[in-house]
Amino acid sequence: MSSVAQKKGFGATLWDWLTTVDHKKIGILYFLGGGFFFVVGGIEAMLIRWQLHKPNNDFVSAGLFNDLITMHGTTMIFLAAMPILFGFMNAIVPLQIGARDVAFPFINSLGFWMFFFGGLFLNLSWFFQQVPDAGWTSYASLSIASEGHGVDFYAIGLQIAGGGTLMAGINFLVTIINMRAPGMTYMRMPLFTWTTFVASAMILFAFPPLTVGLFFLTFDRMFGGNFFDHTMGGNTIIWEHIFWIFGHPEVYILILPAFGIFSEIFSTFSRKRLFGYPSMVFATVLIGFLGFMVWAHHMFTVGLGPTANAIFAVATMAIAVPTGVKIFNWLLTMWGGSIRVTTPMLYALGFIPSFVMGGVTGVMQGAAPLDYQLHDSYFIVAHFHYVIVGGVVLGILAATHYWWPKMFGTLLDEALGKVTFWFFFIGFHMTFLIQHWLGFWGMPRRVWTFMDGQGWNSANLISTIGAFLMAIGVIVLVYNVIITSVKNVKVANDPWGDGRTLEWAIESPPIYYNFPATPLVRGLDTVWIEKMEGNETGLTPAEPIKDIHMPNGSIIPILMSFGLFIAGFGAMFRTEESWGLPVLIFGLLWTFVAMAARSLQDDTGYYVKKDEILRDLKRKGGQK
Amino acid sequence: MMKGLKKWRLFSLLAVLTVFLAGCGQEELSTLLPAGQVGQDQFNLLLLSSAIMLFVILVVVVIYLIAIVRFRRSKLGEDHIPEQVEGSHKLELVWTIIPILLVLLLAVPTVYYTYKLGDVSAMGAVDDDGNPENLVVDVTAKLYWWEFEYPDLGIVTAQELVVPMDEKVYFNLLAADVKHSFWIPAVGGKLDTNVENVNKFYLVFEKDSKNLKDGVFYGKCAELCGPSHALMDFKVKTMPRAEFDQWVTAMQATGENQVVANPAGEEIFQQSCIGCHATSGVGETGAVGPNLATFGDRNRVAGFMDHTKEDLIDWIKYPQKHKPGNKMPGFDGQLSDSELDDLAEYLMGLSVEK
Repeated sequence: MSSVAQKKGFGATLWDWLTTVDHKKIGILYFLGGGFFFVVGGIEAMLIRWQLHKPNNDFVSAGLFNDLITMHGTTMIFLAAMPILFGFMNAIVPLQIGARDVAFPFINSLGFWMFFFGGLFLNLSWFFQQVPDAGWTSYASLSIASEGHGVDFYAIGLQIAGGGTLMAGINFLVTIINMRAPGMTYMRMPLFTWTTFVASAMILFAFPPLTVGLFFLTFDRMFGGNFFDHTMGGNTIIWEHIFWIFGHPEVYILILPAFGIFSEIFSTFSRKRLFGYPSMVFATVLIGFLGFMVWAHHMFTVGLGPTANAIFAVATMAIAVPTGVKIFNWLLTMWGGSIRVTTPMLYALGFIPSFVMGGVTGVMQGAAPLDYQLHDSYFIVAHFHYVIVGGVVLGILAATHYWWPKMFGTLLDEALGKVTFWFFFIGFHMTFLIQHWLGFWGMPRRVWTFMDGQGWNSANLISTIGAFLMAIGVIVLVYNVIITSVKNVKVANDPWGDGRTLEWAIESPPIYYNFPATPLVRGLDTVWIEKMEGNETGLTPAEPIKDIHMPNGSIIPILMSFGLFIAGFGAMFRTEESWGLPVLIFGLLWTFVAMAARSLQDDTGYYVKKDEILRDLKRKGGQK
Repeated sequence: MMKGLKKWRLFSLLAVLTVFLAGCGQEELSTLLPAGQVGQDQFNLLLLSSAIMLFVILVVVVIYLIAIVRFRRSKLGEDHIPEQVEGSHKLELVWTIIPILLVLLLAVPTVYYTYKLGDVSAMGAVDDDGNPENLVVDVTAKLYWWEFEYPDLGIVTAQELVVPMDEKVYFNLLAADVKHSFWIPAVGGKLDTNVENVNKFYLVFEKDSKNLKDGVFYGKCAELCGPSHALMDFKVKTMPRAEFDQWVTAMQATGENQVVANPAGEEIFQQSCIGCHATSGVGETGAVGPNLATFGDRNRVAGFMDHTKEDLIDWIKYPQKHKPGNKMPGFDGQLSDSELDDLAEYLMGLSVEK
């Protein structure tokens, strides 16, 4: 399959990618899709900052500004950060646990295509000039009052993409529970696998509330439901609760995989076992639990009363403890190690101070009475960008450089990588550090302009300059990706030289069935253990080479998702266009037919024959 | 002696922090220059939490810097294989217990202030003669302006809140259309104006607004409420109780005898504006447009534009241009330039303070 891919024509290659169920290819699809939306969200961010670089600017109109902030937040969270993380999970987690694929390859593909079509649906709103404008939180009274189809695009687009996310979460849970290689006990799993596991469990519990909330919103806006209409007995505060019961765990769904990425990087480039591995695992699980118990700290100013505020304040502060444990474990991993500052390690080193800053401001906002001042001011804008950019995005950039060889078989240019880092890192702090003070000085968030004479001018200008530095960093990264791909210098199994986990014991990128023979795992950092005992390959097989069962590719996932995409437009224009209702029915039927086709089809996969595996091994120079 | 030294140290630490935090910001809208007890309590909490957090940052940064300086591979040699330490129970206990203590240190005052600032039990209390003991203001947030009713005094105003100094002023907060949030940064934290329920809280105003740059504190809407969310500003005038009582008396008199600066303007107002705007400060909340009884005393037109006749005329002609999405229709073409001139003069003359 992949060995002959280069000889195939364009059409065959395209068909291969559209029908693939290979976790590595789906990982790349997620990465590319998320990367595209990251650029879109980034351009929106640049427009926002340009509008705010001086007082009374009229670069964009008031309405367009609200479109931009809504789409920036929604895009970055749902369509950039999550999919890119899913990309790494897909590409790496099965390798780390010694599996040949995820548990449900078909659903994996369906999850990707639903994300893709959901994201496309949401962003097509720009071409209809009816863009979501009620903020990424879409608080009910405003989202119900919002005119045009903007918020409908938000509700339906996220519904489709959210379904994909839920599937991906379930898939990873089952994969990690069931598909670990012999000897890979829970307490031997690499931290990235652990954090994927916990994040997936959180997806399982956090996304259904979002689904329900979005259905309520859709029904309110399109079918005359009254869930959030207080004049008809509904209640807008319910939306806030539902949204944040999803929304707060969502923050941890994003940050935990980033923690996992950094754990791998600190350990690899300190050439040392992760310090306090059991407490790292425990802290991850604890954060997962506590993440569900603090949602109302987003609502301290809603008027829930002092008792609710006090309880949620203390619960919020409690999260600082396991997070602190993680920070100190990372520091002590470096302590006594042998630190090599590669580009991924540079990102990890930049992450510690950035994330600590974001963490401590989080605790400050946890102090409810203080939050009355900070809430919905620029302080909160600074805080969550410190957490999301200083944590998640630095994690994503670190992982991009770290796992690039494993995903694409080439090594990104280290010098350019460091240039990207410094532009991005300095720009990031320049953009967001000063925003804490803007908040202190009384500047509310989500303002499309500000009057002169309030003492905010220079701080906003500094912030805008910083944002453009970040943009330069990203442009250098894109350039780096392009020249690396053009040069196409293939690398060995472990280009970093210090790999500790299973993905570094197989070729880059791995052959489509990953492991010729399932490996035997003998401890935490099994590849490191093997290497220290003199086994150059880093692998001990757990079975003889034999036929491997593999799933067939399928075009059905993309068709199924496309049906929902069509139905979305039908639902939206149901009452105002004559084609609305038929299109809604047609789209749903399309999806049901695709589902039926899948159910009735007897697809039991195929076998990779032993001879072929031996041939592959021989071509690679044989396995010792 | 030792005790004095300790106190001095604590004081200097707080002083450094104060300079660090309060270095900037403008008195009329900075949370770092609190102008009342509520803001002060919140500021104290800010100082305490900042001190704890700076301590945490310091510890992390010190360990971090030592680690990346001491344990570089370039120093240790390419072939150095570090000892594969599994962990240390002692250390892990230390960095679990100390953060717990730090969190507790912050949690106790947090809970205390949460209850203190949430205490509205004195609201509506009456003295022996049946007179209300505290001033209550009903705030109604509308797209994109603020209505302030004083229910016990029978008066209503808009866009500029007038309050007495050095006493607790209680607020009932409600939104008339979509959710907004009521925030006077220099005086105290915000509270949302929900659409379906009344939120209550109190603020204390301890600085006279006369001494400020514009003679007013700045108030903001802190919840995204539509295109003109950024322009939904209001202003706050604080004054000693005696002056406030005079203001109330003058407001209560606006129903009967009003100074008319331009009779022609009044006539135009009666024809074109009276449907939405009242010029009498006597009344209740619920108007379509802002009450204009104190228009001449105000600091801004529409909450954010310069308080000049030119800006006022421009606003009346093109309200949608200045504040997209607000509910006021434009009068460009409907009123001639001379009519607008008369109207503006009349409005600028509406005053209870002059």
